[in-house]
Amino acid sequence: MRQADGSIRPAYRDYVAWLEDQDPALMRRKSREAEQFFRRTGITFNVYGDDDAEERLIPFDMVPRIVTGTEWRRLSRGIEQRVRALNAFMHDLYHRQEILRSGRIPLSLFKDNVAWLPQMVGFTPPGGVYTHIVGIDLVRTGPNEFMVLEDNARTPSGVSYMLENRETMMAMFPELFARIHVQPVSDYPRRLAKSLAACAPDAASDKPVVAVLTPGIYNSAYYEHAFLADQMGAELVEGSDLRVVDGRVHMRTTAGFQPIDVLYRRVDDDFLDPLTFNPQSMLGVPGIMDVYRSGGITIANAPGTGIADDKAIYSFMPEIVEFYTGEKPLLPNVPTWRCAEADSLAYVLDNIADLVVKEVHGSGGYGMLIGPTSSSREIARFKEKLRARPENYIAQPTLALSTVPIFTKAGLAPRHVDLRPFVLVSPNGIDITPGGLTRVALKKGSLVVNSSQGGGTKDSWVLED
Amino acid sequence: MLGRTANSIFWMFRYLERAENTARLLEAGFRMALTRGADAANEEWRSLIVTLGEQTAYRQMHSEYSGSQVCNFVLRDKENPQNVLGMIEDARANARSARTSITAEVWEAVNEAWMVLGDLLERPVREASLGTVLATIRREATLVRGATYGSMLRNEIYHFARAGTFLERADNTARILDVKYYLLLPSLAYVGSSLDTGQWDTVLRSLSAERAYRWLNAGRMDPRGIAEFLILDRRFPRSLAFCYDALRGNLKALAELHHNRGECHNLMREADRKLCEATIDSIFDKGLHEFLTAFIGENQAIATAISDDYRFVA
Repeated sequence: MRQADGSIRPAYRDYVAWLEDQDPALMRRKSREAEQFFRRTGITFNVYGDDDAEERLIPFDMVPRIVTGTEWRRLSRGIEQRVRALNAFMHDLYHRQEILRSGRIPLSLFKDNVAWLPQMVGFTPPGGVYTHIVGIDLVRTGPNEFMVLEDNARTPSGVSYMLENRETMMAMFPELFARIHVQPVSDYPRRLAKSLAACAPDAASDKPVVAVLTPGIYNSAYYEHAFLADQMGAELVEGSDLRVVDGRVHMRTTAGFQPIDVLYRRVDDDFLDPLTFNPQSMLGVPGIMDVYRSGGITIANAPGTGIADDKAIYSFMPEIVEFYTGEKPLLPNVPTWRCAEADSLAYVLDNIADLVVKEVHGSGGYGMLIGPTSSSREIARFKEKLRARPENYIAQPTLALSTVPIFTKAGLAPRHVDLRPFVLVSPNGIDITPGGLTRVALKKGSLVVNSSQGGGTKDSWVLED
Repeated sequence: MLGRTANSIFWMFRYLERAENTARLLEAGFRMALTRGADAANEEWRSLIVTLGEQTAYRQMHSEYSGSQVCNFVLRDKENPQNVLGMIEDARANARSARTSITAEVWEAVNEAWMVLGDLLERPVREASLGTVLATIRREATLVRGATYGSMLRNEIYHFARAGTFLERADNTARILDVKYYLLLPSLAYVGSSLDTGQWDTVLRSLSAERAYRWLNAGRMDPRGIAEFLILDRRFPRSLAFCYDALRGNLKALAELHHNRGECHNLMREADRKLCEATIDSIFDKGLHEFLTAFIGENQAIATAISDDYRFVA
């Protein structure tokens, strides 16, 4: 919120002026009201391996994270470039593999990578779109510098929090929105529905039928699945509702089986089709991959896009962007050491106390080591794992991440944040909703923002200018 | 809409209705126990467990019938597969699964019912707070019904919701009347005695019918009149005739929306005809117990047919 010299950043000036007029006791009450609101509306997520608390709230903090319109335009250009490159990369990987032939990326990254699906080879998804919905995790590292921390090309989640956080803020502080002009996010579901419909397969009717596929009410993101289906006016289906009939995927309605044109699936690749992938899966649709490959349905995101979530691939994103767009990347990566490379491994082992080490295929903040906050015993144990399977890890510096204040009992206190803007891709173009999900580490000094690890969220504002 | 979602909606409303009716039954039993000596009170609690069909499960847990044991068993004991808190949890799980088919108002009402009752029933209920708990169950169920009535589109989702409500209500009314009447048989000889009047009062209270009945009958407690009222009076919203008037309307609407009649419509027409042709004399000639048992079976058959006709399960 503040610049190096202690003055308020331009983006926050109007907000801070408003905040200084507010009664702290009133703000504390509002904070409790917000929690009540989330509980009442059932905006919860489930934590795996935690029987006592089947449904939990993600803590919501009332201080918004703000970027100016100018900053956002710059970010958007970088995001669009990156997403364009991601889709071109995916198409190339499943066709001619020119990037491998050019030697820019080592073949070894694909050979045993389970996220790369041979079933997708030679097949182009309807509209040529692989990643219909992308979430790009950004961190601010300086006054004019954002870096990409992670690309979420598989099934990015959290967009319901982006929307609900804004609704909550508008309900609590209407006067704030009258005073400061914030670019709206509320039409995201409509844009999502439109974007998905634009990717319908040839077999679809004029008004494509879109459905959201969820693993069910026990899934950690079930609330979001229901929320998006509801907001789009789409059916929320489970695997048991679906069946392949006459070469199309149908859903069992009260009036019989009806075809689906676009399936926004929130089920992992491995569970999508027991005939093609994991035969034990009860969450998917037997035969859907055959329908998909014969042009009977669009699956969003396309199977096999998880390869771009891979943190080893991530480390090559600057090369990937340049290879497919012919331009320098507008958004830099966080410097990354690939432990598969001997020099890097040696460096990481020597400097592990200052680094964050992550599993290549991990997500959700699980299985990572944060050097500066780990005990020497934890570090020693992690080093063993690292030596045993170096190719399974990457390492990054702990950055001088920017902070945004949160409300605490003792008043405002700075905490680290990241920002996940949501990007929609269709043959009509790339559509980025202004803002996104700001995740915040609630513990003092912590760098981990994942909700599964006790992180919270904030409303994210892009100012009109 | 999806068959699975229709199933969730149907059961969400069945569970809510069942929870509410169970609370009503406890309320009547509680009142009865307060106005009697200890022995009569214990007998009343026993009859309540019999009415709910929970005697086998109860006997495995307890050897005698006391008010606080019975209430806690019925309301919150996990060993009792029919406990009220479990019904509320099931109603809410079904609502969650059908979240995209109900309005935010209905969802918030059922979610709040789950939160409020979860808190109230977290610990054993003491006698002093029983009244509050039972009133809260009724109020929360009423709020969901009100939100449904006031905010839902009159499409097939609504008709499945209402069909679930009225099938369950008809079932519950028939069961309460059947068991209570059966238990009262020995006392028929005492017609007019204060004990008897008290028992009949309980039957009416269990169905929130005492005021309506008194108002219509100037306070005369007549077993035949009460049975007639609870079975055949189309004006009383928990009578079998009222439930079937409503159910007929919901099924008719479903047939129109689907341009198709199913087995449930045939069964409905048949059950409806029997109910319309019945008089209280014909019912008593055949035997009230026989009549009600047949009704409960046919009611169940309609529910099963709805589930089949509208593809509730794969």
